[in-house]
Amino acid sequence: MNYVFQFNIVWDHFPELLEGALLTIQLSATAMALGLCLAIACAYGKSAGPRSVRVLVAAYIELIRNTPFLVQIFIFYFSLPMIGIRLSADTAALAAMTVNLGAYAAEIVRAGIEAIPQGQVEAARALGLKRLQIFRFIVIFPALKTVYPALASQFILLMLNSSVVSTISAVELTAITNSLSSTTFRSFEFYFVATGLYLAMSLGFRLALSGIYWTVFQRGRPA
Amino acid sequence: MMTRSFGTAEFLYLLKAVPWTLLLSLGALLGGGIVGLVVAILRTSPLPVLRWLATGYIELFQGTPVLMQLFVTYYGLAVVFNIQVDPWPAVLLAFTLYSGAFLGEIWRGSIQAIPRPQWEAAECLALSFPQQLWYVILPQAARISIPPTVGFAVQLIKSTSIAAIIGFVELTRAGQLMTDATFQPMVVYPIVAAALFPLMLALVLIGPDPRKAHRCHSWH
Amino acid sequence: MPLLALAGVSKRFGAHQALDRVSLAVDPGEVVAIIGRSGSGKSTLLRVINGLERPDSGTIAFDGKILAPTARQTRALRREIGIVFQSYNLFPHLSVERNITLGPTVAKGMTLPAAQELARRVLRMVDLEDKTLAYPQQLSGGQQQRVAIARALAMEPRLVLFDEITAALDPELIGEVVRVLDRLAEGGMTMVLVTHEMGFARRSADTILFMHQGRIWEQGPPAKLFGAPRTAELASFIDAILSVDPAAKRRAG
Repeated sequence: MNYVFQFNIVWDHFPELLEGALLTIQLSATAMALGLCLAIACAYGKSAGPRSVRVLVAAYIELIRNTPFLVQIFIFYFSLPMIGIRLSADTAALAAMTVNLGAYAAEIVRAGIEAIPQGQVEAARALGLKRLQIFRFIVIFPALKTVYPALASQFILLMLNSSVVSTISAVELTAITNSLSSTTFRSFEFYFVATGLYLAMSLGFRLALSGIYWTVFQRGRPA
Repeated sequence: MMTRSFGTAEFLYLLKAVPWTLLLSLGALLGGGIVGLVVAILRTSPLPVLRWLATGYIELFQGTPVLMQLFVTYYGLAVVFNIQVDPWPAVLLAFTLYSGAFLGEIWRGSIQAIPRPQWEAAECLALSFPQQLWYVILPQAARISIPPTVGFAVQLIKSTSIAAIIGFVELTRAGQLMTDATFQPMVVYPIVAAALFPLMLALVLIGPDPRKAHRCHSWH
Repeated sequence: MPLLALAGVSKRFGAHQALDRVSLAVDPGEVVAIIGRSGSGKSTLLRVINGLERPDSGTIAFDGKILAPTARQTRALRREIGIVFQSYNLFPHLSVERNITLGPTVAKGMTLPAAQELARRVLRMVDLEDKTLAYPQQLSGGQQQRVAIARALAMEPRLVLFDEITAALDPELIGEVVRVLDRLAEGGMTMVLVTHEMGFARRSADTILFMHQGRIWEQGPPAKLFGAPRTAELASFIDAILSVDPAAKRRAG
């Protein structure tokens, strides 16, 4: 092997890599928040809505889960302009990630909803609460607590998947690494370090999500 | 720029790329299966060093994007062999290692799901540890691991479309070429999605329904 | 010479002293029934004998040889000492016949046809000859437990341990298992059983061990132990067993 590793070039450009990481975190966090809302709405629709809503949501979920994320991104960025909706690369990326997470998280949240003992729902109904109120006050919080680990894994997956949006030139860590490696021809070193950054972000997100769990679900409550 | 209308010739070209996706996934699953078995056994090893090695490997491949793994493998191999490497071996290697990490976790979980009394009963029939694994534990663990393995296989087939990005000709990459030539992405990508959708559906229907996985756990 | 001899065996789990300097000797052909409340150390004693637990101190000697805790010796020991568990622990993915032939073929190098012949023989001993090709989940609890006994017998052990093998069975299925135990005892098998079946203990056991707080509290032939308990603990234990479960009272004669 006659290759000489030159990591100093990577350290010179490290601030740009960090900026990319920050953009990835921003993009992922926004998609997580929006996607979770979408997922909760879909889970509610699929478990408590009229038949038309249930079919629609089921079709949406199956469609997203059985097609590659790459294709979904391309449809948002390349196909939508054909019907007049022209999104910027970053917006298309956010939209695709939100829609993607929404489908996967909807199934997870629905599992949590179905894990709520039927007795609690019946008791609430006997107290005169309406369906939406029951959902909001009795069902959703414990449901989310139950499935939190599965949701957290899905979130991390989303963050890792964000690297694919580099293909439509949305600006995040992978895209920046791509351009840096092509201008300096030190591809291996840059991708190696970028991989390390992603690993750090994975661990960071896991810690942050644990912290959120603790503050939202466990502080001040009996275990 | 030449624009052609999207007709049967282009559709057949796209269709020819489908086998490549499947071939790549199959190769990665087989190779990853072997790697995964080793990883699962290392994870349950009494030696801490081996356990950490296996855990580190799993954390690495589960905590980084597939795209990055592909790039590092591709350029890493180019570095080691000092030539411009054909994408095919790099992609296959990367996906094999990736599959190995996930399958390893699935199988470790399956092995640990076998109740301790089964181990004890096998032990008390004077079977050695490898014999206990081979005759009693692994056959039961294998059944439990089928639904999540099928689920992962579906995921893998979807991920192989990412391979398009480093120049390997397969389904969505072929779609990209078609788009450039025909300027009709609205037609091409839904067709690509439609072509892959039945593949996924077929896999999910053939393999046991993951949500009914509990049926495979109880033998009663 | 005793077949099995324990001397000063102790075992503790965290703060709980499960066995406290236990010593006992089992002669060939002897049937020993161990009784006592839960937590008295009965199961731990059994598990220490066949190597599922390692004692903290004390020695175990089989056939005059003191055992060292190596894997090879433990495996050799398990060819001579069989065990039947409370929850039978049959292998669900194997047929009854394969459950029984697995040990002899894989651990003792028997040929499959010889092992199958042996399987038929032991199944006849437990009255389940017609269930050779069945799978465990197709059998009732009592039948599964009898298959578990057959599986242990197929190893042609010199001593068989039974860990409360009727405790998990529905009452109407206990009888068929106890009948097999009686038959084995009559046939001269060396048996050590942890049991609540006082009828069997009285009928077929040569020695009763009453355990309490990890120690052998009283020891002796059934007539003496049941007829004239020396300690208050044993007296109250016998009382408790016979008053709570009328079926057990009936089986205890």
